[in-house]
Amino acid sequence: MSQVVDAPVPVDVELRPTPPIEMRRAVRLGLSGGAAMVLVAATGIVATFQPRMVIDPIVPLGTMFLYLVAFAFGWMASQPPRTLEGFAPAVVGKRNVMAGALAGLLAGLCVGTLLILMTVFDLRGVFIELSPSLVEILSLGFPVGAAVVVIAVISAAAGALGAGVHLLPIRFRRSLMSALIWVAFFSLLTDLFGQLFVGLNVDFVIDLIYTSRGGALTVVGAVVVLVLFFALYWYLGGRENTLRERVQSMPKDRRVRWQIGAAAVILVVLYFIPRLMGPFVSQILVTAGIYLLMALGLNIVVGYAGLLDLGYVAFFAVGAYAGAILTSPQSPALSPELTLVVAIPFVMLAAAIAGIVVATPVIRMRGDYLAIVTLGFGEIARILLNSEWLAPYFGGAQGITNIPDLQVGPLTFSTPEDYFYPVFLFVLLAAYITLAVQNSRWGRAWMAMREDESVAEAMGVNIVTAKLSAFVVGAVLASFGGALFGSQIGSVFPHSFDIVVSITILVIIIVGGMGSVPGVTLGALVLIVLPNLLREFSEFQFLFYGVLLIAMMLKRPEGFIPSKRRAQELHSEELAQDAWLEIYGEKGQAEVVPEGRA
Amino acid sequence: MPLLEIEGLSKAFGGLRAINGLDLHVDEGEIVSVIGPNGAGKTTFFNLITGMESSDQGSIVFDGQSIDGLRPNQILQLGMARTFQNVRLFPAMTVLENVMVGQHSRTKAGLFGAIFKTPSQRREEAAIEEKAKDVLSFFGTRLAGYRHDQLSMMLSYANRRRLEIARAMATDPRLLLLDEPTAGMNPRETVELTELIGRLRTEKGYTIVLIEHDMQVVRNVSDRVIVLDHGVKLIEGSYDEISTDEKVIEAYLGRPAELGA
Repeated sequence: MSQVVDAPVPVDVELRPTPPIEMRRAVRLGLSGGAAMVLVAATGIVATFQPRMVIDPIVPLGTMFLYLVAFAFGWMASQPPRTLEGFAPAVVGKRNVMAGALAGLLAGLCVGTLLILMTVFDLRGVFIELSPSLVEILSLGFPVGAAVVVIAVISAAAGALGAGVHLLPIRFRRSLMSALIWVAFFSLLTDLFGQLFVGLNVDFVIDLIYTSRGGALTVVGAVVVLVLFFALYWYLGGRENTLRERVQSMPKDRRVRWQIGAAAVILVVLYFIPRLMGPFVSQILVTAGIYLLMALGLNIVVGYAGLLDLGYVAFFAVGAYAGAILTSPQSPALSPELTLVVAIPFVMLAAAIAGIVVATPVIRMRGDYLAIVTLGFGEIARILLNSEWLAPYFGGAQGITNIPDLQVGPLTFSTPEDYFYPVFLFVLLAAYITLAVQNSRWGRAWMAMREDESVAEAMGVNIVTAKLSAFVVGAVLASFGGALFGSQIGSVFPHSFDIVVSITILVIIIVGGMGSVPGVTLGALVLIVLPNLLREFSEFQFLFYGVLLIAMMLKRPEGFIPSKRRAQELHSEELAQDAWLEIYGEKGQAEVVPEGRA
Repeated sequence: MPLLEIEGLSKAFGGLRAINGLDLHVDEGEIVSVIGPNGAGKTTFFNLITGMESSDQGSIVFDGQSIDGLRPNQILQLGMARTFQNVRLFPAMTVLENVMVGQHSRTKAGLFGAIFKTPSQRREEAAIEEKAKDVLSFFGTRLAGYRHDQLSMMLSYANRRRLEIARAMATDPRLLLLDEPTAGMNPRETVELTELIGRLRTEKGYTIVLIEHDMQVVRNVSDRVIVLDHGVKLIEGSYDEISTDEKVIEAYLGRPAELGA
């Protein structure tokens, strides 16, 4: 907790020069980068990705990924230090490029060392991925001695390039980096873009930029994409803010009309998405939508009420099984064969009861204890569904099959493209509930409970009701996801409700931004859609989750798009300094008397 | 009839008798100070009457009703609100939201109201906000305007103490319990808060019990002073009476020379 008033330093002193970047830091980062590159090679990422061409035929994905690490560490090593109060902004120049090149060189030498070790010793007994084909990829066709030099040079060049990014004027840099990211998208998501161009009836684009449909990006294609997007971002540079300001400065009725118009356009685009994208992409979007629906539910439980529920998958299972039992003719015990629309209120009821069952024992528990107990409940749910004992009701390991398609009046939803719409509708509903509840009596009570449970109770919040209601709302949202999941897949099995589901949902909200609807949405897109679209990545999905989670916790613990309050909370020191400047800097002298008993 | 009446209240933590057979009463409209050396059981006394800890023995009657065994939120509902010695706000909530939480027990809207935005829910929400702003305006410029949307953790220490009082005021209490309200404040702020405690009674009509170490404050605000030591009531009376009592001087004040400090 930071005190706002502290350390009174006069503001308008002469600015001191920021010290130049340290080479020792570059050495340290270079060695870390080397370790990262060795890890990338040793886990098999390089060899697995190598057959895939980013730009045909000159840039294979494996090699590119390897040197991308050098690029990133070169960029980090040459990052100018933050301008502190009372210091002049850092001078960016040759020294930065040197630092980047140095970091890259050291990283490259680490890889070179690995190469030598691989050729001298047989390391495959322990590290099975250090295969002869990896030697071939790393040495780029050179004999080992020369290869070490070549690797070091390429790596140093990559590091220097990374450093060079800092030298570019900001508008140029932003445009270039954004365009490069688009090139990566176009090259890695060939299925997606191929499908999109076919859907839009512009097949000729595929011939223009790809080797074939679903194939790699050609050199010409890469250049076209790069130039087009660079031009687009260059044109937009700095303009998106003026647009936002213009909308904000409009009179209220016009602004509302603008917003309604924008929402309508988005809805129309969303309406066409599944038709354009075809079954493969639509299926991924449906899966992501179901995860997003659950993430929004868990966001209320964890993000608002602060109840770390690690067994959230239990509610997903309750929704799926309740939906299956009520609709499927194959349900072993009870089989009313309702349509899903009629069954939904009963599914909600079942979920609410499940929420109360889980919440009741944890009413007087907090923090870690609550997390462990809910973790247990998640596993209990799966084991019970899988058990022989309850097999007469839930079908045991055989699950429940033959769940009919969703039917609303004359409309039947059967393909992934069809299911996109109901899933999207429920996601909208969940997002609306999240936002509506945020600024309400119970929303505030949940947040107060998250902040300090005993004080919340002393201030009149009924903790029992608050906990029960948070669990029930979370459970009902997850049950919608479960019911849709079961209906879309057509069957439910206990093994679908693994603890990994709970953890994935939690990672989505942590990485995306706890308490923020746009953040959670982005989290679901990054963590569910991307790994499914990038087929090569699926093998390393959890490795990427882990790396992403660690990187986020270190650099951006509030998530991609945090809620305003959480960003403030986690960066309170900087904000406290700003508040201090507001008091001392602008008025020139202290209006506030230093705190503390005189 | 006294607003708060306590008989034979006892609480032990293991072998330590924090409160030992305490009898006391607080009349409507009084300002009573509870003083005593560190470890005398003052904060435990607050925790017991607000239900945050349960007593071993004795009875607590508030407004003619026994409150033994009630949960803290039920006791608050009856009209007893408190602040904390070690300021316990909701740090990641805004100043305004902190005060709005105080209104929780006085309002009714449920989740359905929030989701369907019913007219009654919207009316109530507007009333809660208005009430919160009204309570904050009691503190003049200290918690005014632009501070409403700041997170409470961004406030200065003295303002956090003021916000705690505001949050308690928002619960519409009859009895306000202030636990060391001037701790950590400078002399000017202490004087300001002393006046404010007086205004809390005259303008808002609260009955006030405060724990306080600053004898200036105790002298200036209290109708009656209760001295606790080792969980028992040593003496009670006006400030002048207790400040000359030998037992008190011995137990708490130390040397007579410090009295007016």
